[in-house]
Parts: sequence; structure tokens; C-alpha cells
Amino acid sequence: MKTFLEEVNEKISGVPIQRCYHCRKCTAGCPLASVMEYNPNRVIKMIQMGMKKEVLNSSTIWLCASCETCITRCPNEVDIARMMDVLREMALKEGVPAKEKNVVLFHEAFLRGIKLRGRINEPLMMVNYKLRSGDLFSDMSMGVEMLLKGKLPLISPKTKNLRAVKEIFEKTRQ
Amino acid sequence: MKVSYYPGCSLHGTAKEYDQSVKAVSSALGIDLAEVEDWSCCGATSAHSTNFKLSVALPARNLVLIESAGDKEVMVPCAACFNRFKSAQHHLAHDDRLKAAIDGIIGRPYQGTVTVKHPIGLFHDDVGMEAIAQKVVRRLTGLKPVSYYGCLLVRPPEVCQFENYENPYMLDEILGTLGAEVKQWSFKTDCCGGSLTISRTDVVRNLVDRLMTMAREADANCVVTACPVCMANLDTRAGDNVKLPVFYFTELMALAMGIPGPADWFKLHMVDPTPLMSGLGLM
Repeated sequence: MKTFLEEVNEKISGVPIQRCYHCRKCTAGCPLASVMEYNPNRVIKMIQMGMKKEVLNSSTIWLCASCETCITRCPNEVDIARMMDVLREMALKEGVPAKEKNVVLFHEAFLRGIKLRGRINEPLMMVNYKLRSGDLFSDMSMGVEMLLKGKLPLISPKTKNLRAVKEIFEKTRQ
Repeated sequence: MKVSYYPGCSLHGTAKEYDQSVKAVSSALGIDLAEVEDWSCCGATSAHSTNFKLSVALPARNLVLIESAGDKEVMVPCAACFNRFKSAQHHLAHDDRLKAAIDGIIGRPYQGTVTVKHPIGLFHDDVGMEAIAQKVVRRLTGLKPVSYYGCLLVRPPEVCQFENYENPYMLDEILGTLGAEVKQWSFKTDCCGGSLTISRTDVVRNLVDRLMTMAREADANCVVTACPVCMANLDTRAGDNVKLPVFYFTELMALAMGIPGPADWFKLHMVDPTPLMSGLGLM
């Protein structure tokens, strides 16, 4: 059976993450580090130590905004941003409940929007997210103001060849 | 110059002033934009955060559409779409197995002949600064912007191939040519929090307040961006005590080039830029 480290490295398919020597440049430059449960370089160490449950359960993987500062600055070219994508994908696949559940609900609403129309209609996607997250009232007045300004068109063109888009979703389903 | 045009979802919604100003400025600079026929969403953050293959396949469908239409260049003004297009091209060029799988999913192989360009680079390098300078009819005197590139235009560097990823200057040069007094700051490529704005608004408020505080410290009176996500966050999430007007760079180009439209576009902003602009005699 593969170790957690082997699993992650295989999916990143780049520089092995154990090349990290913990200079902490990633963490120093990470705009979200202050709100993360574990700092980016610490996640690497935890993967090496086989702490799968803790890593996939952590808020860190969902708070990473994919700004790519870490991989840009890493002296060893460890692709931490890609590593976060890999960890999120693993967490979803293994059904680990996300600590930041609204982040996941947002992604789901967004992808559902693409699948339904080929393109995102922002107001419809937001309504979908709000109904599912139960976060009904935040941004309400801003939403109304945007609507009045004509920034949120309720009707917008779809992709005509929706079948092609749906097929992409079906064929990439894991 | 004929260039294919991929607006992406935001430019047909919350960022429609970006769409309209990009088109107006392009046309004035002699660029003939033709929207990609039947394009679909690039997948943005939500695709790559949850499904790698999907995140490559969604932009790949559009790249194949552009290629099939016989176009060699596509302009992608949204930084998020730009990043996803570049990223898909990078993975397709470096991973043969993935390339074969994606070709199978799309049903038509991508030959890799499309060049993805952001309007900043296209205007700065292909049109050229001299040609832009010649079009300026009203110098933006008194406007003191900081240029804000954000993350997705510049990182990761080997994927985006954007100039000078820690301290880019193309946007600064464009704004300088328009007659603005561009302020220097060290937050050009810091993150605004992106799509966390919906799910973790508190986090994004902190990031945006810091950016605005730093812009003020640099003596700026506005912030200029080239990304609909950055625009949405900077324009809606800044605290009342630090907020500044935010512009798409193409709105300011249009204003300086005497192209009609800016007054209507500014009405779509949440932080009203008209007091600043009227005060400076620019409107």
C-alpha cells in the first residue's frame, strides 16, 4: 500500500515534496497563512509523517486561495499550490467533511452553473450557493444595489453546444 | 490586427464595463476583435480546486474552438480565465498522457497553435507605447493610481510568461503614458483573496483593507486593476475609512483617448469615482 507521501507526490507529478527544507518562504509569503490551521510548510511535514486524516480534515486546504506565491518563491520548486489542489481533490474523493464547508459549497454551485448553462450567470449561481449554504442575508443590500445598477443580468446567453460541456463533466468525473 | 476574443463569464455580468472598455480601446487601437463562437466557461478556481482533469478540459474546449476557426491569437482580459488558459496549455504541452486523454474528451486534438494574450501585454508590446501615446487626447493629470496586477496574470511565472513577476511594470507604463502620476508600492502582486469573497468574506475584507491602506500610504488616489475578481473585491470589500475608487485600466485608457463611454461605465462602480474625476477636471 502506498504511503500518504507517495500518493500525494504521484498526483502532483512534479518535484517530490520532501525536497522542502523548511525555509518557510512559502509561509512567509502566504496571504492566508494567518488564518490557516497549519502553515503551508507544516502541511508538507505532516504529509511526510503520514498524518493523512489531520491534513485532509484541516481548514488549510480550503483556505488556500491559489495565489501561487508559494510555488513562485520556493527555492526547491516544490509546487505547494498544486499540492493543495491534490489534497482538496483527495478530501472530496474520500468524503472527508470539509472544515470550511461554504468554500466547498461555493465550488459546487459554481460548477453546477457551468454544467447547466456552459457559462456562469452570476446572480443565478449566487442564489444557488445561498440556498445551499443557508447564508441567505449577507451581501443582500449590495446585491440589490448591483441589480439596480444593471451589473447582475438575470438573463445571459448560454453555450449553445451544451452537450459538449456536459460531456466534459461526465468524462472527467472521478 | 485581427484577434480572437474570449470575454469569459464575468465580462458578460459584473464586469461588463471591462468588456465594453476593452472593446472600445481595442477598436481605437486598430485591433479587430472577434468573439470566440459558442465559448464556454474556463472553470476558474472551482474547477482546479476540485478536479484537475476538468480544469484542463474546460479551457481546452475553447482553445480547440479558436484553433478550428483558424485564429492564432486570443485576447483574454479576465486574469482568472487568462491563468486557466495558460495553465491548460502548459499541462497539455508537458504531459503526453494527459494530452491524449483531453483530446479524447474534447473529440478533436488541440495542435497547440494558439497564443493566449492579456490586453496589457497586447497593448504594451504589440500595439506599442508610442502608438498609445499618439492616441492620448486628454492627459490624466492629477490622477495618482497604484497599479494592481494581482496573482493570476503573473503566477506561476513559467506558466503565465508575464514580464517581471515580482515587480511588473507594463501597466505602470501604460498609465504613465496616459499622463497619470503612477505611484510605486510593494503590493502590485499581492492577493485579494479571490473567490473566498463569497465563502469567507471576513478574510477578504482584511486582505482588501490592507491593500487599500498601503495604496493610501503610497499617496495614491485610486487603484487600477485588470481582473474582474480583483475589481469586485477591491470595489466592494474595502472598509469605509480606507476605500478608494478602483478602475479597470481600459476605462482610463478610453478616458485619455477621448473614447465615449467612461461616464456610463463609472456608474457601474460601487465606489463612485465621479467626485475624484470631477475634482480633477477629468470629467
